[in-house]
Amino acid sequence: MSPSRKFNFPHRHLLGIEALSPQDITVLLDLAEEYAILNRGPEKKLSRLRGLTQINLFFETSTRTRTSFELAGKRLGADVINMSVEGSAIKKGETLIDTAMTLNAMQPDIMVVRHPDSGAVDLLSQKVSGSVINAGDGSHAHPTQALLDALTVRRRRGRLEGLKVAICGDILHSRVARSNIQLFLAMGAEVRVVAPPTLLPIAVEKLGVKVHTNMLEGLKDCDIVMMLRLQTERMQGAFVPSLREYFHYFGLDRAKLAAAKGDALIMHPGPMNRGVEIDTDVADDIDRSVIHEQVEMGVAVRMACLEALAPVRDATSADGPAT
Amino acid sequence: MTGHTTALGKPTALINARILDPATSADLLGGLLITNGEITAVGVDVRSNNVPDGAEVIDCNGYCLAPGLIDMEASLGEPGGDHKETIASGTLAAAVGGVTTVISTPDTKPVIDDIALVQFVERQAAQKGHVRVRPMAAITKGLAGTEMAELGLLAEAGAVAFTDGPNTIADAGLFRRALSYATTFDLLICHHAQDAGLAGAGCMNEGEMATRLGLAGIPNAAETIIVERDLALVELVGGRYHAAGISTAESVAAIRRAKDKGLNVSCAAAPQNFALNELEVGDYRTFAKLLPPLRAEKDRLAIIEALADGTIDTITSCHRPEDQESKRRPFAQAAYGSVGLETLLPISLDLFHNAQMSLLQVLEKMTVAPARILDLPAGTLAIGAPADLCLFDAGVAWKIDAELLHSKAKNSAFDGRPVQGRTVKTFVGGELVYDRDAA
Repeated sequence: MSPSRKFNFPHRHLLGIEALSPQDITVLLDLAEEYAILNRGPEKKLSRLRGLTQINLFFETSTRTRTSFELAGKRLGADVINMSVEGSAIKKGETLIDTAMTLNAMQPDIMVVRHPDSGAVDLLSQKVSGSVINAGDGSHAHPTQALLDALTVRRRRGRLEGLKVAICGDILHSRVARSNIQLFLAMGAEVRVVAPPTLLPIAVEKLGVKVHTNMLEGLKDCDIVMMLRLQTERMQGAFVPSLREYFHYFGLDRAKLAAAKGDALIMHPGPMNRGVEIDTDVADDIDRSVIHEQVEMGVAVRMACLEALAPVRDATSADGPAT
Repeated sequence: MTGHTTALGKPTALINARILDPATSADLLGGLLITNGEITAVGVDVRSNNVPDGAEVIDCNGYCLAPGLIDMEASLGEPGGDHKETIASGTLAAAVGGVTTVISTPDTKPVIDDIALVQFVERQAAQKGHVRVRPMAAITKGLAGTEMAELGLLAEAGAVAFTDGPNTIADAGLFRRALSYATTFDLLICHHAQDAGLAGAGCMNEGEMATRLGLAGIPNAAETIIVERDLALVELVGGRYHAAGISTAESVAAIRRAKDKGLNVSCAAAPQNFALNELEVGDYRTFAKLLPPLRAEKDRLAIIEALADGTIDTITSCHRPEDQESKRRPFAQAAYGSVGLETLLPISLDLFHNAQMSLLQVLEKMTVAPARILDLPAGTLAIGAPADLCLFDAGVAWKIDAELLHSKAKNSAFDGRPVQGRTVKTFVGGELVYDRDAA
């Protein structure tokens, strides 16, 4: 590790965007920018987290986020363990706290946790001695997704301030939406949400966003169009009449995209439902869609988060960071 | 109750007390005489130089002497929930809180929907209880909301009222028939109102707070729609209806309209719904996960206004003990509820200390009002009434410490709250069941 790396990130955990100042966010994005360059080179492996143990604890299925965190930890030299708790210990009646305490006894330095219940990662963080990164909790927060979205946008546009960002789709159940709303507002962007009222949480305007129920109005003059995944299995008939009707009014296609700025970026946290919330033609538009770049930036952002949290732990020891 | 040794024989004179009897609006300095477990004299004439020979004299130091409190809704754990509360621990908490009659809920395992179970609760209470326990029984078998329980037989066995506990009977037709059938025996139907479809997976009040926390919300309308429905059914078939634990301004308005129409309805509010609001949930504090949920500040103020103007008849603790395992979970998975028997009086006294209600008015909500609704002989200081008494210091300041509460479970939504007012002595049938000086 290089002791000369100087950055100020005064947090033990990364549980949400709310606790981060614009300076904190900038620190993470700047670090991630370096890793984005590193990740495109031939030699991707560093030893900054050598000796540290990272446990990816997933109470909910995930492929891309877990892989992204795994790769990030490994590229920084940490020992990474993946634990999928979904359907195993929980079914045997073990509580979240029990699981956390059990794993904590194995002395992990960093735990990356995803859980289907809002607030669960926060609860777990109170019971462990290492650092915790929230990899998504219920409908509450998904901070690394928001950071990777911000990094993607900043690299393309050079800034976040002053941009008009439209977040479209299932805002109600989306932790991605909540974290992105907080991050982009904190960085001085204008944020709109676009969805049918059944997919908008009550009082969402109090978060500081403009609310639209019409895509053409919501996308007007936008710099960034962020589409959200529709959880099709629980939507039909309950929140929207049909996928066909949803796509007709709220799916992103060329016609609706025309309302946005000519060079507006198209984003999606994945996995996509093509033909439901986004038209294939638009999703694969190499000039406009940055969906794959989001995935790429995901690894860089997670490396930045892992590194930013690790020194906090080291700072508490008398020796300081090992070199 | 444990050991009725002092009930017969020599009288007890409580002197130098501030006598507060909401039944007669009496508020005077004087004393009270207990003979054979009953009140035999009360007033300014009962003083040190005027007590019967051989009477035991207790100087009340000017503290408030009121009828023992009647709590219309408390879960006492037994049967089936002994790890959370027992009749012994729950009634001890009641005694410490100045509560002398606990109306227990039927949402036990098994559910109190059979006369043998009503008798079980009464037997346990007689053997192990520190205060009186009067059980409520289920309206529907197994609280399933599908088949009516044997209301008449259950009442005969001792059920003092009927409720499906925290459950709302979704089937309006069934609820109509339950109300209607209950009129045969003039039974009281208590109902928690929350529409299951609207509440959905909701676990706190719907609003900005829930949106920020990413928690599913329960809109006010989930409660109000059922309250309005129930009131329409009372209008249709009659019956004695009690809305248990209302939490919204809209429900208050609905009850007010029904009372103006002359319907035979009453309702209760729990201390948490006039002392706390949704902000208590903070960072997913599961002790603030309650039923009904903590609402917005405007609803809290509406509940206080309705208590003051009489729209809300009673204050009930909604005592609901839950063990650590049930509360130390992600918010959506955690059990709801708070213990409340022991904090009922001090939290309610906030209404007096905040000058929102008079002392007599506050006491009325927990004494004569529930006694009238339930047709109990308690809740008054009248001559001949059972000597169920609560002696309390209305002014003393203290801080609630959940760990020091006497319930088995320590899930108090009020942990750490500074309060004013505390029970000094509690008498049930003339017997001293709690003495702070001895504690």
